[in-house]
Amino acid sequence: MTTTAPPTGARRRRRDDTRLALAFIAPATLGLLVFYFWPLLRGVWLSFTSWDVLTPARFVGVENYVEMIGDPVFWNAVRVTALYVVINIGVQTVVALLIAVLMQRLSRSILLRSLILTPYLVSNVVAALVFLWILDFQLGIGNNALEWLGLDRIGFFTSETWVIPTIALVNVWRHMGYTALLIFAGLLTIPPTMYEAARVDGASEVRSFFSITMPLLRPILGLVLIVSVIGSFQVFDTVAVTTNGGPVDASRVLQLYIYEKAFAQFDFGYASALSVALLLMLMVVTFLQYRITRAGQTDLS
Amino acid sequence: MAQTARSTQAAQGVGAARASGATGARGGRRRRPVSPGRVLAWVAMVVILLVTLFPFYWILRTALSSNAALYVDPTSPGPVGFGWGAFARVFGMQSVEEAIAEGGSGASIDFWLYLRNSVVVATVVTVCQVFFSAMAAYAFSRLRWRGRDAVFSLFLLSLMVPTIFTLLPNFLLVRQLGLIDTLLGIMLPGLFMTPFAIFFLRQFLANIPTEVEEAALIDGASKVRVFFNLALPMTVGPIATISILTYIGSWNDYFWPLMVSYTDESRVLTVALGNFNAQTPQTGPDWAGLMAATLVAALPMLVLFMAFARRVVSSIGFSGIK
Repeated sequence: MTTTAPPTGARRRRRDDTRLALAFIAPATLGLLVFYFWPLLRGVWLSFTSWDVLTPARFVGVENYVEMIGDPVFWNAVRVTALYVVINIGVQTVVALLIAVLMQRLSRSILLRSLILTPYLVSNVVAALVFLWILDFQLGIGNNALEWLGLDRIGFFTSETWVIPTIALVNVWRHMGYTALLIFAGLLTIPPTMYEAARVDGASEVRSFFSITMPLLRPILGLVLIVSVIGSFQVFDTVAVTTNGGPVDASRVLQLYIYEKAFAQFDFGYASALSVALLLMLMVVTFLQYRITRAGQTDLS
Repeated sequence: MAQTARSTQAAQGVGAARASGATGARGGRRRRPVSPGRVLAWVAMVVILLVTLFPFYWILRTALSSNAALYVDPTSPGPVGFGWGAFARVFGMQSVEEAIAEGGSGASIDFWLYLRNSVVVATVVTVCQVFFSAMAAYAFSRLRWRGRDAVFSLFLLSLMVPTIFTLLPNFLLVRQLGLIDTLLGIMLPGLFMTPFAIFFLRQFLANIPTEVEEAALIDGASKVRVFFNLALPMTVGPIATISILTYIGSWNDYFWPLMVSYTDESRVLTVALGNFNAQTPQTGPDWAGLMAATLVAALPMLVLFMAFARRVVSSIGFSGIK
């Protein structure tokens, strides 16, 4: 975070703009306080209460958290969400890196980049519905293709083993182009002279990739990973539209469980405690990632 | 923005030189000999493009088919039982009997209404959010006041708050304000700012040369006038970029409108689509209708993007994560 504001220098203006500035930041500050900070406090507070919206909230201490620790559905949701994140991020990062390197080597055409980005422009709901149709057991073109290949049909959204990998890959389809463009922008920051030097030394493309591209891309790749993991943990739309958590609990991810607790069972206290748990998990994962990838530091110098 | 575009171009030139060098060619880039590695790379790229684009074709093909024909022949590459019935159904132009006969659920759906709701929500949110964010960004980059950096870091802090955490309490707030099932309720949390928009615009506003601003001030313009007549016009490129990104994001949002909206009154396209999917008729899903509805929801953003593709594509990354 470097401040790019012009340096004030020794020459100070006679007037400062405090009043005008307050007017200019007033709407944004209202939004910040009312829709970011207040809900943050309120969410934490609610997690220590029992509340069904109709009767006043009652303070219950850590009761919700105790219940959560003994709740098998919660632990299942954690497991399912983690599995989803691992598959989603693993595949997405590899595919996006491949696309980015291919673009770096082959073409920088805006058309190509636009086409690659297309799935990102449609909503998760649209992506979910298309693949619900393509992967339909009887009529889907995907399953018919499997049959042509002499393989068995797969209940992509109806079998407990396939449902999470399927949903993870649907979201890879939607996000891989965007992630690729982020990585591609990172590739543009690597000085081309480094590749020339490597070539003069007789290094192959593969060698250059592992000894130049990967180390120099690390800070940006680290940031991309942090941003996409945070997004990935919050999966909801695709699950809600395709399986609604089923079969049984096989795709009941944390956000869906939170939503059901709040809006189907009106247990807002418990739902808030679940959100706090999700927030804590995100903080720990982000912190670990930051440490492991050393995202803030660069090797460019 | 001009700077971004220039650096992209520079990188393009450099890249072309590097690529031709990689295949061992001297001279013009068109006379590059085709190496097996390059062919393989292009094959991989084409496969990726096919995977990326095939679902869009399949939406169109299915939307133009009839359900009866789809059940008989699910694999033909072109539309089967060609017709516009699916679109008529989606826009509520078929009678209940007609709809059921064609494999619809017969439930009343009117995508004109949902389309209108989505347009209203995305437009109002984009205009307000970008304008208020630009004002704040101006205060954080061009005005001098005590506590500026401290307040700005508070805004940066809110970048770290994940959406999930604000959704439930925000729902309760909107409920207390009596705005459940209204478009205003859906729009309200997004009207004022997003930390990202402020951060994004601040970078560009900070780059306006001080001399230009001072010339205007010496001519007697107030800082408010400088904002409207100088700062905004000079950052019209980044403002357009962030507006398009905000519009697409708001259009595609599902979770929040799902919480707030209960009836057609406030139903936006994404929620209507999910609902349509849930109303599966006895005979099996109305795939033609669903894909027609999906196309209606997706097409406006694809068209909007096509109009501004160059700007959006080249801004991703330079601003996306920095």
